[in-house]
Amino acid sequence: MKPAPFRYIVAHSIEEALAAKAEHGEEGRFLAGGQSLVPAMNFRLVQPAVLIDLNPISELAGIERADGVLRIGAMTRYRALERDAIVWRDLPLITHALPEIAHPQIRNRGTIGGNLANADPASELPAIVRALGGRLRARSAISERTIKAADFFVGALTTALAADEMLSAIELPVLPARSGTAFLEMSRRRGDFALAGVAAVVTLDAEEICRNARLAYCGLGDRPIHATAAAQSLIGERLSEAAFAEAARLAQDAVDPQGSVHASKGYQRHLAGVLTRRALRTATERARHGH
Amino acid sequence: MSTRYFGAPIPRNEDRRLLSGQALFVDDVELPGLLHAAFLRSSIAHARIRRIDVTTARKRAGVVAIYTAADLGDYWRPGPLLVPPPPIAGLMFNQRTQVPLAKDKIRHVGEPLAIVLAENRYLAEDALADIEVEVEPLPAVVDLENALSESAARVHGDVAGNIAARAHQRKGDYAAAAAKADHVIRRRFRYDRGASNPIETRGIVASWDARAGHLTVWDTTQAPVFLRNGLAGMLGLSERQVRVIAPFVGGAFGPKIMLFYPEEVVLPWVAIKLNRPVKWIEDRLEHFFATTQERGQIHDAEMALTRDGKILGVKDTFLHDTGAYDPYGLTVPINSQCTLLGPYVVPNYESSFTAVFTNKPAVTPYRGAGRQHGVFVIERLLDIAARELGIDRAEIRRRNFIPPEAFPYNNEIIYQDFAPLEYDSGNYGPVLDKALDMLGYERFVTEEQRRLRAEGRHVGVGIVCYVEGTGIGPYEGAKIQVQANGKVSLVTGIGTQGQGHYTSFAQIVADRLGVDVRDVDVVTGDTDQFYWGAGTFASRGAVVAGNAVNAAATVVREKILRLAAEHFECAEEDLVLADGAVAIAGVPGKSIRLGELALKANPMRGAVRPGTEPGLEATQYFGPPRGATANGVHAMIVELDPDTFVLTINKYVVVHDCGTVINPLILAGQVHGGVAQGIGNAFYEQLVFDDQAQLLNASLADYLLPTALDVPRVELGHTVTPSPLNPLGIKGAGEAGAIPVGPLFAQAIEDALGLPAQGVELLEIPLSPNRLWELVMKGR
Ligand SMILES: Cc1cc2nc3c(=O)[nH]c(=O)nc-3n(C[C@H](O)[C@H](O)[C@H](O)COP(=O)(O)OP(=O)(O)OC[C@H]3O[C@@H](n4cnc5c(N)ncnc54)[C@H](O)[C@@H]3O)c2cc1C
Repeated sequence: MKPAPFRYIVAHSIEEALAAKAEHGEEGRFLAGGQSLVPAMNFRLVQPAVLIDLNPISELAGIERADGVLRIGAMTRYRALERDAIVWRDLPLITHALPEIAHPQIRNRGTIGGNLANADPASELPAIVRALGGRLRARSAISERTIKAADFFVGALTTALAADEMLSAIELPVLPARSGTAFLEMSRRRGDFALAGVAAVVTLDAEEICRNARLAYCGLGDRPIHATAAAQSLIGERLSEAAFAEAARLAQDAVDPQGSVHASKGYQRHLAGVLTRRALRTATERARHGH
Repeated sequence: MSTRYFGAPIPRNEDRRLLSGQALFVDDVELPGLLHAAFLRSSIAHARIRRIDVTTARKRAGVVAIYTAADLGDYWRPGPLLVPPPPIAGLMFNQRTQVPLAKDKIRHVGEPLAIVLAENRYLAEDALADIEVEVEPLPAVVDLENALSESAARVHGDVAGNIAARAHQRKGDYAAAAAKADHVIRRRFRYDRGASNPIETRGIVASWDARAGHLTVWDTTQAPVFLRNGLAGMLGLSERQVRVIAPFVGGAFGPKIMLFYPEEVVLPWVAIKLNRPVKWIEDRLEHFFATTQERGQIHDAEMALTRDGKILGVKDTFLHDTGAYDPYGLTVPINSQCTLLGPYVVPNYESSFTAVFTNKPAVTPYRGAGRQHGVFVIERLLDIAARELGIDRAEIRRRNFIPPEAFPYNNEIIYQDFAPLEYDSGNYGPVLDKALDMLGYERFVTEEQRRLRAEGRHVGVGIVCYVEGTGIGPYEGAKIQVQANGKVSLVTGIGTQGQGHYTSFAQIVADRLGVDVRDVDVVTGDTDQFYWGAGTFASRGAVVAGNAVNAAATVVREKILRLAAEHFECAEEDLVLADGAVAIAGVPGKSIRLGELALKANPMRGAVRPGTEPGLEATQYFGPPRGATANGVHAMIVELDPDTFVLTINKYVVVHDCGTVINPLILAGQVHGGVAQGIGNAFYEQLVFDDQAQLLNASLADYLLPTALDVPRVELGHTVTPSPLNPLGIKGAGEAGAIPVGPLFAQAIEDALGLPAQGVELLEIPLSPNRLWELVMKGR
């Protein structure tokens, strides 16, 4: 379990990193927290010729709020997000979900950018970014663009990033008042990837009618799945157990579980229903009474 | 003798070294010119080898040598049969043991085909990709029942039906008993494979000193003495030319008693051939293929009972997956066969098994070593009987216990140590009573469970009993020597892998010789320090080596008293050994340090009496006539989420009787660790092979070891029924925690979810939330 030979380049600025990436393309990989990349290299599942280390680039890390949007630098560590007061105030969904990701040691190193660029379909964050309607900033040496979360994840471990692009930041719109969120997952052990997980968002109006709802799933497809019909079924409703059950039923149709050594497709689909009901219950409760 | 230390929960002597990083593990061994080995392992389970071409690989910079089976010449030989089959009438056994490097045929994924020696492990692994292998794939033998069919492929070309062994044992007349029975239960039970996954994988460093003609091997083995003897034999050396050191080892659990692993055969050969030291450390990926595994069995069992729940007889026919090879003989299935009888009177028993070759890694004992399966079958049969006859689960067990006055109790069949399965001593009722009491069983079933169920909560209880055959022969030895600085040196031939030998053995010595327990320096597992021994397995360290230590300490004590009596010109009876000195009782100032006395026992001049031995030293051996039988009860309360089938353990109780206890703290550690492993086995761990015998979850991300969060606090109780088979009255405790956890989970989960009412029974291990969901759906 030793990696194949590779060259190691330390990037001191975004420009340096992008220049190196432009030069090496698919042969080169960015090194963020290394918590997915390095194990995969040790198994020789991936054998990049060049590693471009982003860790020294401080401008890639950090959380700021402007114009109702949280902008999170790609190299922001999980642990920083987990403990950030602004995140807790504006997007508690992230704060609730982060402890489900791996273990503290790994969260001290792992980054939001590395996670999203890695696009593991069982990972929590892609589903969360999808549920929050996030936008991903992609930069290359010559261009910069914004990709909607819905378009970013194109398959298992595959994103819309081009070979010369870096994910530089993630933008997440802050939710309106009377919004509630919940993240629930089932994994075999604490810190494992989810066999099924759901990020639920509901927004109520003053009359307690649901004005907006989003339901995104991890572990239940080759990418984060948004159950649009299920979410739509809630809008305009006064949320109740019956509404949750109907949304759960629709969500079960929307997910596309792949099955694994830990869970059959049937069990995963079953979990999608159970978790949807529970998450909606909690999210609605929070919309009514605050996080 | 004062017993200051024996029986006291003192902290472990070795922990300072372990926790401060001062303990030597195999991978800590660094030698000048050390080469690193990597093995090319088969990615296919069953195939004929056409060609292995290493020419390109040899050219890679940093690669020193590459060898295949062809290079080994006459040294290439199948490994020895470690345990011949016991003398059971009519037994059939096909010996097919593992080979150093696959030559003509590949029999499981991960079987080594070539060894690369390079300046470092990275380069060695790089070169693996350069080796060209051409094979003719064969259908893989995976499923135990299919393996037996006429049309199945053959793991070993000359073994029809893949039958590794068949054995039949009986006691009484089951058929006659069943004919008279009020009630007969029949079920099929399945138990699947797991891997031991010690925190330290296997590792070997071999170093040849050409000038001295001497080979040193550091190895994570549980059996250093046998490794030395075997290596000497294979290499044409005498035993004194080979030194095997099993230093600190980070867990072993049985698979490290296996020898000879291919790596163990090849590394010393390479070290001699290249005249350079060589290191190989098994990585975690290799561990899933290169280390032996355990636990695949299918049982068709029946139990005949009277209306009031008395067992009249048990009949069991089972298939045992022995993997690609059977170097460990029949220890595992024989243990299953014997341990099934449990703490119960089973007047009539008929048990036969077929061991089956499959294209999976070889099966040899892993903590429990077949005992799990036997306990699973009998305990589940009793659960079903209790339900069908309307008897309380604890009560049906109590009714069948062997009564205390019936010991020694002969089960009339042959055990793994070739001796009749005779339980030395036991008193089972109080163990069960104590467990029920600690669990609050009465209150739980009569009040709490009802109340919680009314609140919609799914809580259940499980109670299982087991016996553990421990402390088998043949023998172990110990040498004790008082050093001039007053410290006491103790060496023994067994190796240590975390059992606390540095403390428990020291406790025995410290009390005998009146020294501080920290002044006893223990060395284990170094064949140049102690020549003889068998190894650390079958919960025998404390029983067998412990009693040898006691015997040696007793002789040294006698020598001390004799010499001190001469020195003081007093009677031995007037002397006391305490605080590292011998003193005349009640006479202040009349005292001599043990170190000083040791010097006197080795005079530089003058004459000694004929027959005098120098020093305060003794070597003694101990071999029990047969194993000592420990027993216990595990009980737990669980809660299940009826929708996700996620399980929470609310309470876990173990009451255990392993005879006299040397150190309750160490014993608790043994039990806790065992329970953790048992929980893994019952609900988390499973080696998932596909129909080509490819392992689908060969990493710790997908092979789910329970973590600290999944293992509850274990409440531990003891009763003490000393073993009459050894002077210290000890029974082993190494496997007690792990053995009965499967049926405990099955019983408690069934109860929590009310499964029998839904027509669902849990007759397999491991279970998982996914599996529970599947079974419940099937029931609907
Ligand atoms: C034991 C264990 C348990 C885990 N459990 C979970 C879990 O439950 N849930 C979960 O989500 N994850 C889990 N992980 C994975 C962990 O979250 C990783 O940290 C994460 O997936 C990758 O982030 P990273 O910063 O470590 O990225 P790296 O491993 O450094 O990189 C991952 C990939 O993304 C690329 N990359 C990195 N940064 C960028 C960028 N800015 N632009 C473009 N490409 C980039 C890299 O080249 C690489 O291909 C676990 C990991 C371990 C070791």
